[in-house]
Amino acid sequence: MTTVAEGVADLTAEEAEFERLIDADSRVEPRDWMPDAYRKTLIRQISQHAHSEIIGMQPEGNWITRAPSLKRKAILMAKVQDEAGHGLYLYSAAQTLGIDRDEMFEQLITGKAKYSSIFNYTTPTWADMGSIGWLVDGAAICNQVPLCRASYGPYGRAMTRICKEESFHQRQGFEILLQLMRGTPEQQRMAQESVNRWYAPALMMFGPPDEDSPNSKQSMAWKIKRFSNDDLRQRFVDMLVPQAEVLGITLPDPDLKWNEERGHYDFGELDWSEFYEVLAGRGQANAVRVAKRKKAHEDGAWVREAARAYADREFAVRDGERVAS
Amino acid sequence: MNHSNHVVSSAITAEKIADSSVVAPDAHAEYALALGDDALVLAHRLGEWITNAPELEEDVALGNIGLDLLGHARSFLTYAGSAWNRSEDDLAYFRDEAQFRSRQIFELPNGDFAQTIARQLIVSAYFVELYRALAESSDETLAAIAAKASKEVAYHLDHSVQWLQRLGLGTDYSRERMQAGLVVMWPFVDELFRADPFAEALESAGQHGVAVDVTALRPAFDALVPRLVVDAGLEVPELPAARGGGRGGIHSEALGPMLAEIQVLARAHPGATW
Amino acid sequence: MTTPGDSGARETWPLWEVFIRSSRGLSHVHAGSLHAPDETMAVRNARDLYTRRAEGVSIWVVRASDITTSDPDARGEFFESPQGKEFRHATYYSESESVPHL
Repeated sequence: MTTVAEGVADLTAEEAEFERLIDADSRVEPRDWMPDAYRKTLIRQISQHAHSEIIGMQPEGNWITRAPSLKRKAILMAKVQDEAGHGLYLYSAAQTLGIDRDEMFEQLITGKAKYSSIFNYTTPTWADMGSIGWLVDGAAICNQVPLCRASYGPYGRAMTRICKEESFHQRQGFEILLQLMRGTPEQQRMAQESVNRWYAPALMMFGPPDEDSPNSKQSMAWKIKRFSNDDLRQRFVDMLVPQAEVLGITLPDPDLKWNEERGHYDFGELDWSEFYEVLAGRGQANAVRVAKRKKAHEDGAWVREAARAYADREFAVRDGERVAS
Repeated sequence: MNHSNHVVSSAITAEKIADSSVVAPDAHAEYALALGDDALVLAHRLGEWITNAPELEEDVALGNIGLDLLGHARSFLTYAGSAWNRSEDDLAYFRDEAQFRSRQIFELPNGDFAQTIARQLIVSAYFVELYRALAESSDETLAAIAAKASKEVAYHLDHSVQWLQRLGLGTDYSRERMQAGLVVMWPFVDELFRADPFAEALESAGQHGVAVDVTALRPAFDALVPRLVVDAGLEVPELPAARGGGRGGIHSEALGPMLAEIQVLARAHPGATW
Repeated sequence: MTTPGDSGARETWPLWEVFIRSSRGLSHVHAGSLHAPDETMAVRNARDLYTRRAEGVSIWVVRASDITTSDPDARGEFFESPQGKEFRHATYYSESESVPHL
């Protein structure tokens, strides 16, 4: 039994241990003490990331049935599968913080939880499969690689696994566009038109400019965010420009220019009003994305319940011993 | 192309067949095309479950099964195409409905999860027997395709059986749905085991041991699947067999819209590479 | 709860932890978790989720609620003993540094 004085001393020791782990770039693990705000931020960030993966399956899933070659069909199926898997890894990581997957699903389908706005755009052409791989996954990789060193152990480990799988995603997108740019005039037009639509939204995936991002500072202090929005965005643009040259595609930004002094590419102002519109639910496909997820989840309830009922009966726990029939 | 963690395998693939100088004899190609169509159509149906499955783990599982089948299809189609200087994509995207030779069970709509599992149970049991026999084919390429497929379809059958049990013995509602799924699919069992005209053509041309006589596979199916159904608390439907005709290009109304969707983009850009 | 992430009876499908041993590996390594209704489906889901790139030869699944963790509150006591016993590490022996084959 502790006295009040000893209680206060324990709390400080726990906090000190937490700070020490963060400062040492070490890992905070599920049973370690952590500030409530850290836990809440992580649950929000990880579950949002997981939701993004799951919702992200839809814009591409839209083209599996119409993929124009069997090889592309196979690759697309494998990619979307990976995204389901990534969602699962992340839900598992979030679960270690004390929230159930069922609850996270509930938040998603009731619209309480957010996911990356980029998936609220539609995919009207095949070339969008290329743009999503090259630009959207490319941006995601820039965001994700630093997260492999996130302070929270399960999150960092999930991200490491995801990063390994993600590199194929960007390459397959790039190669789709490359093939189109080497193809017929119609295919080339398709590719350019698609990039014209996806370029700015992809850049906005890094979030608002630093001065408009209040949460970032705390996340960076806790080492669950390693670089600022603007830093990552700049890094991404610098990588894209030479890649666009290989493709022979024009990035739709007349202000894009190498700046010798800074050693980076200058790029034009982004239309943040569109970002906030999409974020507020007025994007092209917000309602459709959530509705589709909701339907799959609700339609599948009887299947999940059947499996549970079977398990309860066949794998009954008797007196603490597991008996499989 | 070398991505990190890339494991170099010796398993047969469509790319390997295309890159090799193998040219299928005409009669072998006709037979392979039929087998390819079965796998292609089913792979497409399973692909439709992605983003719609009852749980994320099933999006992955059904996706895996679909990818396995797509792999079989691509290998068969590539091999068949070698006889006529046509690629797998020429065959998949530029043939009309009457030129597809898939058996009708594969094109039927997915229905709900139970209906899909009902089909998976039936066709996986069929594929296990088919590929086991085809792995002994005197045609090396067909044997190699079947050898890889054999291992994969054994897993597909296991997946089907696990779900058959869970749905049959789960809740009253799931049992009802599982029974309904069997009722939809069972009339199409017969067609799977009717003599394959392309296999018969090989036999009558004196080319023994290339193709599998599927009529000989029926006893093994009958010894296994009905028992599985009953063990899962369900009844084997007693229904007249569907007329079928898939091997002759006769299809249900489901195939047309499916092919229209599959082929629309490729056909909009004939001759293009993707 | 006995283990991080365990939801016990609350969730429709409980949580399982997955351990994979690769063909080059000596021991099973924690790969992540998944949800499955029972152990039979869990091992199959693990195969689908964690071995698509031929990463494994052996899969273990354990119900998350069956895992007992060492209590981090006792971290000091649990893991104090090895501290200060550097003589268990080869690097302690500096005289041997330059001697070949040692």
